[in-house]
Amino acid sequence: MKKKNSKLKGFSIHIMPYSEIRELTITERVKKILQLILGNKVVILQGRLRPEEEIRLIEDTMAMVDHIRSFKGIELAVVDSHKGDDPSFFLKMRRGIARGLTGESSSLTVIGPASIVKEIKKDPSKIEVFFS
Amino acid sequence: MLKRLSKFFGGLFRKKDNLKIGFYGPPNAGKTSLANLLCLDWTGEELGTVSEIPHETRQVQFREKVEIEHKGKKMLLKIIDTPGIATKIDYEDFLNYGVAKGEAKKRAKEATQGIIEAIKWLDDMDAVIIVLDSTENPYSQVNLTIIGNLLARKIPVLIVANKIDLRKSNIKKIESAFPEYPVVGISAKKATNMSDFYDAIFKLTRKV
Repeated sequence: MKKKNSKLKGFSIHIMPYSEIRELTITERVKKILQLILGNKVVILQGRLRPEEEIRLIEDTMAMVDHIRSFKGIELAVVDSHKGDDPSFFLKMRRGIARGLTGESSSLTVIGPASIVKEIKKDPSKIEVFFS
Repeated sequence: MLKRLSKFFGGLFRKKDNLKIGFYGPPNAGKTSLANLLCLDWTGEELGTVSEIPHETRQVQFREKVEIEHKGKKMLLKIIDTPGIATKIDYEDFLNYGVAKGEAKKRAKEATQGIIEAIKWLDDMDAVIIVLDSTENPYSQVNLTIIGNLLARKIPVLIVANKIDLRKSNIKKIESAFPEYPVVGISAKKATNMSDFYDAIFKLTRKV
C-alpha cells in the first residue's frame, strides 16, 4: 500500500536571529525571507516584522505567485510567549510601534511556503503548524 | 508655498463628506455582500457580484456619493470594496468549486493582482470596515496584519462580525481578539442588525 505522505517534499528549517535582518532595509528583509521560502525553507524569525513589512511580504508574495508557476504563496504566523496576564495584541502592537518595533525576543514569526506548510492555526497562547 | 497653504486650509475646513470607507478582510467574509446591501439601500444598485467561490471580488470596486440617512442624520460616503487579502493562492482550490482549469488559473492570477491592488489602496482610506466571518477563528495573521497596518497609519477601524445567522457564529471570540475596536454583529445575507451597523458607521466617521 502506498504511503499517504510519499509526496512530502523535503524542507529545512531556517532559524533566523533578528540580528540577521536588523541592518537591512524593508525591501532587503522581505527579499531575504522570500529567497529562503523559495528554497523550500521554513523560516523561524526571532522577533517580528513591522506591520508595513508584513503587508509588504504579502504584497511581494502575491507578485511572486503571479510570476513563478510552482509557487502558491506562504503561511505566516506570529506568536508571543506572554502567558497569563497576556497584554492584548493592540497593546503589544502599540508598544512595538512606540519602540520602533521589533526584534522582541518574546515573539517568534513562522513563515513557510504554502506548498509545505498547509496551515498555521493560531490562538492567543498556542500555535499549531500543519505540514502538507 | 501656495500649494502647501491651500492643502493646510483645505484640510482645516474639509467637510466630512464623501469620506472614503474601505471594506477589508479575508476572502469570503462577506465584504461585497455588505457593500451591496449598503449600496442597494441608498443608491438602488448593487456594487458587485457575490459567490461562494473565494476571491469572487478580484478588483477594487467603488461607488461614489452614497448618501446614508439614519436617525435623522445624513452622511455622504465613497464605498470601496476590496478583494479579500490572503497569503496564498492556489488555482487548484477553485477546481473544487467546479471551475474549469483554464478559468481557475485565470481567476488565481487575477486574485493575486487584486490583493496587491487592495494593499495599495490602504493609504487612501479615511476609515476602514473590517469584515470578518464570525464562524471562523479571528486570530489569523492576515487579520492581525491588516489591523496592525491600519493602527500604524492611524486609520479608524470598525470590525463587522458577519454571518451571525449561522449556528457556529461566535462574536465574543472576535470581541476578545480585538478588544480595542468596536465590533458589530450582523448578517449581510439576511440584513440582520443593520440599525446597529449604521449607528457604528456614524460613530466611526466621527473619528476621521
